[in-house]
Amino acid sequence: MTIRARVSGAFLAAALSTTAFHGAFAAEDTIKVGILHSLSGTMAISETTLKDAMLMLIDEQNKKGGLLGKKLEAVVVDPASDWPLFAEKARELISVDKVSAVFGCWTSVSRKSVLPVFEELNSILFYPVQYEGEESQRNVFYTGAAPNQQAIPAVDYLMENEEVERWVLAGTDYVYPRTTNKILEAYLISKGVKPEDIMINYTPFGHSDWQTIVSDVKKFGSAGKKTAVVSTINGDANVPFYKELANQGVKAEDIPVVAFSVGEEELAGLDTGPLVGHLAAWNYFQSVDNPANAEFIKTWKAYTKNDKRVTNDPMEAHYIGFNMWLKAVEKAGTTDTDAVLDAMVGISVPNLSGGYSTMMPNHHITKPVLIGEIQTDGQFETVWETPGLVVGDEWSDYLPDSKDLIADWRAPMSCGNFNVATGKCGGKGS
Amino acid sequence: MYRILRTVLMTLILWAAIPAAGLRAEEPLRDLVNALGTAKLSNMDEHIAALAKSGDPKIVPILEALGDGNLYVRKADGQVFLTHESGTALTLTDPLSGESVGEAPKSALSKIKVNNGVRRAVRAALGGLTLLSPDRNQRLKAAQSILQSPNADALPTIENALSAEKDAAIRTLLEQARATAILASDRPGDEKRQAVQTLKQNGGREALPILSAALGTADETLKPEIEAALASIEQTQALWAGGQNVWYGLSLGSVLLLAAIGLAITFGVMGIINMAHGEMVMLGAYTTFLVQEIVRTSFPGLFDWSLAIALPLAFLVTGAVGLAIERGVIRFLYGRPLETLLATWGISLILQQAVRSIFGPTNREVGNPSWMSGAFELGGLTITWNRLWIILFALTVFAGLLFLLKKTPMGLQMRAVTQNRRMASSMGIRTPVVDALTFALGSGIAGMAGVALSQIDNVSPNLGQGYIIDSFMVVVFGGVGNLWGTLVGAFSLGILNKFLEPYAGAVLGKILVLVLIILFIQKRPRGLFALKGRAVEA
Repeated sequence: MTIRARVSGAFLAAALSTTAFHGAFAAEDTIKVGILHSLSGTMAISETTLKDAMLMLIDEQNKKGGLLGKKLEAVVVDPASDWPLFAEKARELISVDKVSAVFGCWTSVSRKSVLPVFEELNSILFYPVQYEGEESQRNVFYTGAAPNQQAIPAVDYLMENEEVERWVLAGTDYVYPRTTNKILEAYLISKGVKPEDIMINYTPFGHSDWQTIVSDVKKFGSAGKKTAVVSTINGDANVPFYKELANQGVKAEDIPVVAFSVGEEELAGLDTGPLVGHLAAWNYFQSVDNPANAEFIKTWKAYTKNDKRVTNDPMEAHYIGFNMWLKAVEKAGTTDTDAVLDAMVGISVPNLSGGYSTMMPNHHITKPVLIGEIQTDGQFETVWETPGLVVGDEWSDYLPDSKDLIADWRAPMSCGNFNVATGKCGGKGS
Repeated sequence: MYRILRTVLMTLILWAAIPAAGLRAEEPLRDLVNALGTAKLSNMDEHIAALAKSGDPKIVPILEALGDGNLYVRKADGQVFLTHESGTALTLTDPLSGESVGEAPKSALSKIKVNNGVRRAVRAALGGLTLLSPDRNQRLKAAQSILQSPNADALPTIENALSAEKDAAIRTLLEQARATAILASDRPGDEKRQAVQTLKQNGGREALPILSAALGTADETLKPEIEAALASIEQTQALWAGGQNVWYGLSLGSVLLLAAIGLAITFGVMGIINMAHGEMVMLGAYTTFLVQEIVRTSFPGLFDWSLAIALPLAFLVTGAVGLAIERGVIRFLYGRPLETLLATWGISLILQQAVRSIFGPTNREVGNPSWMSGAFELGGLTITWNRLWIILFALTVFAGLLFLLKKTPMGLQMRAVTQNRRMASSMGIRTPVVDALTFALGSGIAGMAGVALSQIDNVSPNLGQGYIIDSFMVVVFGGVGNLWGTLVGAFSLGILNKFLEPYAGAVLGKILVLVLIILFIQKRPRGLFALKGRAVEA
């Protein structure tokens, strides 16, 4: 593995030196923004888009005159889908390049690996992907969805509108699906679902042979009760999974699949004809019809010079996070970490689904939750949305370990895991 | 009951006298259709039921369009139209007359939203309406959909259709549908008992949910019979499940075989540790993507042939890349396995990043031709077409390769060179040429495997990485240098994996297979079929 990492590192360094440092502004007069997304390796498929989105946002802001009278400069590094390399690259961004804030990470394990670095060097990270919760850190702003902003409303939708009684929780075998499924299982049981009506299944990363599992799902679904699949299957494994569903004739009308990691980008590699009606829960869809989103899509297509490029939810999260950071820096009048951290809480900026998102004291944001059905053109059509905004809940109320915990980073509490039962900061509950 | 019979009668009359009835029913029907435009998702099913009740065959295309998401309402006056896309505009068709009424920009219309619930309602309504259609396919579809949404109210319609139906396949479906509906109705016990028997005889797994649902509401006399039927179906299903596992194992094995067979040449026969093997598979898949892209834009009629066109091209492209790699890098490294490993690993990274830069990091869509989509039932087995074709393809490639190696002069030279290079050289064989061609052949076969794998996996720059470990595993397990070993190795690993998976889960199953292989290699370091004799020492 070390040989592998070194060799790949060497090759990438060569490949990157030509593309990495986009900003060609004079060094002393810029505010630097770090972008920490994998441009090679298994996660490149998802993260490269986010790097492009950030470069576009920075570009647009510079056209509007930059920030505090200075131009913004993007510093792009490539952690190559290698978790320890994420920490190294984060350190490099903060101590060598002296960036004011970092936008990056996709998987939870990469976020966990950079957390100590941000804490030690006191910098700011914006994390744009939906995740399992159970975390709130002083230096991190979570602009993606917490489980209560995605998973739980999706299950509610299926229970109410599709009258689902039997559940398959299928996921890739790592921390996000495992924690999310734990929360969902506890939630379903609290709603009166019997344990034998829940089937939990994990598969390795990049699993490509879904025959057995799809046929198990069909079998599980033939018990006379309405069945649905809640999928936390991540990344590359989704395409063969959906292909197998289509080939074995699992129709959305009979056994709907609701996914938390499948967006417009993932569908771009699929013929969606046989998948119409399968669902996804997000806080943003490209198909959302409002002027801000239309403008964003137009800018994105122009920036990438590709009329077929799609937008997705984590891009919107970066859009929100970036605008929040701009506002906070303007409010604080400096890019100094402590001042910006203080200024961030309570900042409110427009999101792309037609409302405003606000940064809460727990460093999570408010978002609407949308449920969409896959259409033949590879887009989602919103079939349901929450009536108002949902506040991200970092410590799940459905897990015994975390139900007494809250996070509030405002003085005087300034605590990421305050136990309301014992009245103390720190440690897990009960 | 009287009302339902009347509906059915009306349906029959309307089928016979479409023109006359059409004129008279026009106005109220148009109101019903336009009402769809203002309906909410939550009460759409009532509107669909009201339309279906009219029994007019004209509403069939309307409901179909609604289900497919092609029904739009004009914002200006609330008129509903059937549409199809023509560029950026929509071509409108009047829903009742079926006449084209020109085009309109998309912004002037809004789509009538549908969700799964609406699609289910549409499916049920269409089932009832098209059960007597003269078109066999439409009747078949209707029978299937009526079977999926059993409903006691539909019983008279089903019985009516059954009495007129001649086609055996549709009759079977209808009989099952009738039995299902009877179980949900208030018919006397005898009929219900018969229905249970019908389901037990005809039904496979589909009968299970119906019977389990009926078990809840059945009276005491019927319960034991339903339970017996359930038990008997479950028993047959369990038997079939074993067969199904073998099938899944064969199909996984064929994928492994395809991925490994090129490596069986480059690693197995030539002894080169070729880490770029997976990238050859990936290049083959991208060739398929390019071919499909060209076919789609220029010759849409040929889409079903795209894979056949892609196969030789993929072979040539990856064969050429393989040739270049052998001539450019590997020939300097013969006899130095570690350097070869590092160099080919580097090449694999370069190829990956090159593809990523050219085609982008995201997945590319490779479509399934129609003959590779869907599945069919064989007894209790569900067999998907794409898997069946891949098995056949893998075996054909294997047979072809075996023929090439064993029966052609080129194969003879290849074997001669790899077994004793100096002797072969003394006999006048130009060994560098043979080396280059053998490596190109192995790479080309990997490219052909890529064409097949593009049908079941992602077409992304990472495609090859997922297969490289498995490929080495198969070749080493089967016995290096032995093609038959690769075949047997691939299929036995596939079947072993699929028998472990239901019990151990996918993650643990994979680990167990690896552990078993490690143990096996300890016992037999040369794999299943070890080469014997002087060739081993060479």
